Amino acid sequence: MQKVLLGVEAIAQGAIDGGMSGVYAYPGTPSTEITEYIQHNKYAQEKKLHSMWSANEKTAMESALGMAYAGKRSMVCMKHVGLNVAADCFMNAAITGVNGGMLVTVADDPSMHSSQNEQDSRFFGKFAQIPVLEPSNQQEAYNMGYYGFQLSEKFGIPVMIRITTRLAHSRSIVELKEVIKENDLKLPSDPTQFILLPSIARKQYKKLLANQVNFEKDSEESQFNEYFDGADKSKGIIACGITYNYLMENYPNGCPFPVLRVGQYPLPRKQIIQLTNETDSILVLEEGFPIVEESIKGYLEKENVSGRLDGTLPRDGELNPDIIGKCLGLKVQKGDDIPELVENRPPALCIGCSHHDVYKALNEVVAEFGQGRVFSDIGCYTLGALEPYKSINSCVDMGASITMAKGAADAGLIPAVSVIGDSTFTHSGMTGLLDAVIEKTPITVIISDNESTSMTGGQESSAVGKLEDICKGIGVDPNHIHVIIPVPKNHEELKNLIRDEMNYNGVSVIIPRRVCVQKNRRDIKIRKAQNA
Amino acid sequence: MKTDIILAGVGGQGILSIATAIGVAALKNGLHVKQAETHGMSQRGGAVVSHMRISDKAIFSDLIPEGKADLILSIEPMEALRYLPYLSETGYIVTNTTPFKNINNYPELEAVLNKLGSLKRVVAIDADGIAEKIGSKLSSNMVMLGAASPFIESIELSSLEQGIIELFTSKGQKVVDVNLSALRSGKEFAEKTLN
Repeated sequence: MQKVLLGVEAIAQGAIDGGMSGVYAYPGTPSTEITEYIQHNKYAQEKKLHSMWSANEKTAMESALGMAYAGKRSMVCMKHVGLNVAADCFMNAAITGVNGGMLVTVADDPSMHSSQNEQDSRFFGKFAQIPVLEPSNQQEAYNMGYYGFQLSEKFGIPVMIRITTRLAHSRSIVELKEVIKENDLKLPSDPTQFILLPSIARKQYKKLLANQVNFEKDSEESQFNEYFDGADKSKGIIACGITYNYLMENYPNGCPFPVLRVGQYPLPRKQIIQLTNETDSILVLEEGFPIVEESIKGYLEKENVSGRLDGTLPRDGELNPDIIGKCLGLKVQKGDDIPELVENRPPALCIGCSHHDVYKALNEVVAEFGQGRVFSDIGCYTLGALEPYKSINSCVDMGASITMAKGAADAGLIPAVSVIGDSTFTHSGMTGLLDAVIEKTPITVIISDNESTSMTGGQESSAVGKLEDICKGIGVDPNHIHVIIPVPKNHEELKNLIRDEMNYNGVSVIIPRRVCVQKNRRDIKIRKAQNA
Repeated sequence: MKTDIILAGVGGQGILSIATAIGVAALKNGLHVKQAETHGMSQRGGAVVSHMRISDKAIFSDLIPEGKADLILSIEPMEALRYLPYLSETGYIVTNTTPFKNINNYPELEAVLNKLGSLKRVVAIDADGIAEKIGSKLSSNMVMLGAASPFIESIELSSLEQGIIELFTSKGQKVVDVNLSALRSGKEFAEKTLN
C-alpha cells in the first residue's frame, strides 16, 4: 500500500507498522505531527496505542522508558530543544538500556524557522553513545520508524531518529510494509538492569562501552549507509541525511565523484576509510553542526577534509541545492532579485487573540514602574516581543520566565513580571513558581491562558481546568490568585489588577483566560459537524 | 516531464489546500511528488511558501533550486514577488491581486501591481472577485488553482477536478460543485489573458 506522507508522518506510520505500543510527546515544531498522526490513525485507535500528550518532554521520555522496561515498543518525540528538557532521562536510558525497543525521535530546526537555537541532536546521540538514524527521504523515514525497533532490541539500547525541518514537513509517496504485532508484556531478564545505583551503573556503562564496536559494525552493514562509486577520484563526498538529495539535484545524470550516503551513526568506519583511500580530498555535507567533518578531521588538520567546519559551506543555517551546487563549482542560475518594495512579513498574533488584551494592559502598567522587567516564555505570546507591543524582555526556554523574574527580583529588580502560557506553565513553570513561593519573592506571574497549546496548532493543554488549584497547591496565597477575562471592556480592570499585584510584596498570579480564537473556530466547526 | 511550483501566500490563507489538490491529482497520474511545506511560527500571519515538485522521474531535493521554478502560484500579490529568485527564465507567475495587509509598511498596492505588470508571463487575477460572483468567497483558492492549471502541463484538468472532489467530498456536494466551478472559472480567465 502507498500513502502520501510528511517526513514526520512517515516515521509515525513506520513506528505503528513496526509494532509500537505507544508514543509519548510534548508538541514542538517540527515534531508535533508525529504524535498527531498517531492520535488520528484508525489502526492506532483500534489497538489503543498510547498517544496522549505528556506534560513535558522529560515526563514523555520517562514514560516511554517505562513502556520499554515492560517489554513493549515505545517512541518518544520532541523538537531539538525538547531533548534538553528530557536529557536527564535520555542520558541515563543509554545506561539502563531497554527491554522492549525504544525510539527517541528528535526533529532539529536548522535556520531556526520556529526555534530559539539550531542545536544538532546527533551530538546528543554521540554524547549518550547510542546509534542514531538520519533519513534522507520520506521512504527512509518510514523504514527507520519500522526497523528502528529491531535495531533497538538487537542491542537492548534506545535508538535515536534525527530528522530536520525540511524533511519533517515535506510530503512524498511512501510504500508501507506489513504490520508487525506488538510485543507481549515481558519483564527484563535482569531485574537490576534499570536500577542505576553506582555499583550497577558501572557494570551497565561497561556494557554500553563494549557495545560501541558492535554499533559501528552494524552501521557498516546498514541499508541506510550506501557507497556509490564515481570515476572522478579527485574528491569523495560524504552526504548525511537530506543533503544527499541536494547533492544529487545538482547531478541529474549521476554524480561524477564517489559518494558515501550516511543514514546510520556511529559512522561506518570501513566505508569512510575506503572513501579516504580512494580519493584525494573529502567534502562533508551535513545539516546542522560539522560533527562528521570534525570527527574525521585530525586535530592537526593534515587531512584534506572540508565542509562546514573549515568554511567551505556556511557554518549555520539550513543547506539547500544551491549552496551545495555553488560549493561544487557548478553554475547556479538564479532568477530576478526580490524587488525592493517587498517588505518582510513576520508572524503576528491573530486578530482577536487574548494576548493582545494582556499586552495592551501590561504595557500601560509597566510604563508606570519602568521598563525592562517583563520576562516571557515560549509560545504565541512570544510574538509580544515584536511590533506593536515590544512588551517582553526575555524568551529563553520553557518555564524560564518565572525563574528569571525571580532571579531578577532577587537582584533588586522589583517588581518583576513573568508572562507565561497555560501549557508552558504546566510544562516547566510550576517548579519555578514553587521556588518563588518558598522565598516569597515579589514577582507577578501572568499566566496568559488560552486553554490550548496554540503555537504548535492547538493541541490539548494539560493546564485546562487546573491552573487555580495548581497555584493554590504550590502555596500561592489565594488572595493573590486572580482570574479575569481579557476583553477590551475589562481593560481598566485588568490594568488595576496588574498594578495592585505588582505593588504587592510577594508572589501573585493573574490568569487572563479566554480560549484561543483559532481553537474556538475549530471547536465550533467540530460541533457543527457533530450536530449535522 | 517535470513541473516545479512555488506556492506562496500568508499563513492562514490556505495554500496547503491548493497543494493537496495538486498532489492528489499528480498521484492519480502516477507521477512522483515532493511537497515541502511551512509549518510552525510563520503560520501565524507570516510569509509562507510550499515547494511543490511533480515529475515522471524520481525527484531528489525537497526544495526547488533557485532559477528553476516553472510556476509561482501566489494568493497574495506582494508574496508573488518575494520568490522571483526561484523563477526560471521561461517560468510563469499566476497571482491573486487582492492584497493581505497585516503589516503597517505594506507597499502601495499600485506599485506592487505595476511591478508585477512589468514582468513577462504574468497572470494577475482577482480571484476573490470571481469567487464572490460564483457565490462562495471561500473558493478563491480553487479559482487560483484553475488559473494555474494551464501551466501545470503534466496534469490534466480532469485529474485536478478529481483532486477537488476527494478534498471536499466530506463537506457535501454543494461545496464540491462550487469549488469545481471556481476551478473552471480560473482556467477560463487565464486562457483569456494568454490569448
